[in-house]
Amino acid sequence: MPWFKRQPVTLDASGEKNVRTEGLWVKCEQCRQIIWKKDLDENMSVCPKCGKHFRIDARTRLAQLLDDNQYETFDTNLSSTDPLSFVDLKAYRNRLQAAQRDTQLKDAIINAYGKLDGRPVIISAMEYAFIGGSMGAVVGEVITRAIERAHDARTPLIIVSASGGARMMEGVISLMQLAKISAALARLDGAKVPYISVLTDPTTGGVTASFAMLGDLNIAEPGALIGFAGPRVIEQTIRQKLPPGFQRAEFLLEHGFLDAVVPRKELKAYISRALAFMIP
Amino acid sequence: MKKRSRDNPRKNLTEAGEPGVGIRPHAEMLTQIDTSSDQREALSGKNSAKMESGSKTQQELDKIEQQITHLQSLGGQTTEAQREMAELGARVKELRRDVSAHLNAWERTELARHPQRPYTLDYIDRIFTDWSEIHGDRSFGDDPAIVCGMARFHGEEVLVVGNQKARDTKQKVYRNFGYANPEGYRKAMRVMQIAEKFKRPIFTFVDTPGAYPGLGAEERGQAEAIAYNLREMARLRVPIITTITGEGGSGGALAIAIANRVLMMENAIYSVISPEGCASIMWRDATKKDLAAQAMKITSKDLSEMKIVDEIIAEPAGGAHNDHAEAAALVDGVLQRELAELKKMSAEQLVDSRYQKFRTMAQFYQE
Ligand SMILES: [Zn+2]
Repeated sequence: MPWFKRQPVTLDASGEKNVRTEGLWVKCEQCRQIIWKKDLDENMSVCPKCGKHFRIDARTRLAQLLDDNQYETFDTNLSSTDPLSFVDLKAYRNRLQAAQRDTQLKDAIINAYGKLDGRPVIISAMEYAFIGGSMGAVVGEVITRAIERAHDARTPLIIVSASGGARMMEGVISLMQLAKISAALARLDGAKVPYISVLTDPTTGGVTASFAMLGDLNIAEPGALIGFAGPRVIEQTIRQKLPPGFQRAEFLLEHGFLDAVVPRKELKAYISRALAFMIP
Repeated sequence: MKKRSRDNPRKNLTEAGEPGVGIRPHAEMLTQIDTSSDQREALSGKNSAKMESGSKTQQELDKIEQQITHLQSLGGQTTEAQREMAELGARVKELRRDVSAHLNAWERTELARHPQRPYTLDYIDRIFTDWSEIHGDRSFGDDPAIVCGMARFHGEEVLVVGNQKARDTKQKVYRNFGYANPEGYRKAMRVMQIAEKFKRPIFTFVDTPGAYPGLGAEERGQAEAIAYNLREMARLRVPIITTITGEGGSGGALAIAIANRVLMMENAIYSVISPEGCASIMWRDATKKDLAAQAMKITSKDLSEMKIVDEIIAEPAGGAHNDHAEAAALVDGVLQRELAELKKMSAEQLVDSRYQKFRTMAQFYQE
């Protein structure tokens, strides 16, 4: 969750400090420089000093990719039923309510229909601020519906991932979303409708191990953490420190698992160019 | 400016999972955890009561077993003693069934991981004939954590794919404790496509703690290997039957489990993350694994109720480890029946019904 998040100042019920300061200045965690917030915003939330790509929310993403910030959202009313009545240190129901209040979304995903350089597209954009962008039954269903719409209307599909993976509070139900989405992508592939997967920081776990790696093109933003297992789990397993840059977008490019690493400012143009190649 | 997660000591705790937890939400999602919760106490209370009753039965069972051993050691048995022993033996079986019926999720996890539990090659040995193993992914190497091969099932040519664990230390290392690497999943997919080409049914056996969370596994595209299998298995034009025999560990299990029929052994588990991994992330304490196991609903009964598995395969009294031959016979019977059903379907019907199965599965949302 970006700590400069544009949200009203809130205090949650537990009294835990959860203040989000609307500052005029932000410090870049990569170059440690102080940046004027307005400069950052005008630069698509990319550090003007070092090029660090800050995390952005799903609505900002849609605004950056779709023409004139014009789009129609769909499948917006699905919400979790808390099928396991899951309670750990906190009830999942309460986590959901807090996330819904903070993001003004029902779950960690927005489906949108709009135009990209004049070409109709369907974009499914994940919202990392909603419980780490984790995927439960709602995210799984909403993405599947986006795939089905793309299939039926023969409209190119773009999924922008930003997720820690499957949502533990929905247990194996979350796991089954991987299967459902991947099966739907098999059909989309069979129908030869373009699907471009955009991996942003972070894309890990079951999201990477399903739709994020199944695009006709899999492209990522610079510096994005992309992997299956989390870095700390790997360190514990192999009992050694991971090399610098491990699981970053550039690392995956080098190992042949990404088709391109594309800076945010060039992302729309890259996708537009790819769609021109894919559509007669 | 308040940096919310940077200096939060809880962040470390949330990432301190067990190895083998394939899928885990990012640690930062947990920065708002509230430490006090009545529900948590209620849950832990309920759980410990259950465990006590389970262990009482276990104790009674142990006592009777000791008595039987004692009586047998006396030798020169009278008909009365023989009759008594037969009665006691029957009582032990009955009690074991009783214990099995009331095991909690963590106790079942222990059974699913029992070192004497039959593994894939044990089932292959007892259910199939003419086993000929197929090795390698034709790209990087051969992964002994997954075995694949041609076999005959009651005379019919089939393909068998399964995770493989081992019992002694040397073999365990060789099999990587059942954690497959990307080449394992790629080998599995490669051979499944051969089966499709020659119209042979596919049986898969799932028993893995998860896909291997290693450095090389990431370099060689663990996520891509799993993702590819999920998509490609969905459109294979032959019957696929999956049996979860032990641990169904997350994406590492699912990658060979996109089947027309998904069967689950009575004491197997199927889960998005290991109970230890879930406990260390959600409870920030890996010893809360029993709570996590219960909360995640990972037993065959839970999965059957959620319609994620089609059928539960009964196990010998006390668990499959007590009698490999009987366990295999029970699996064999169900596989024969299911294959006979699937063979009535055309390739199109197989693909369509498999698609519909996963499309309509786990639809837990409101609109
Ligand atoms: Zn910077």
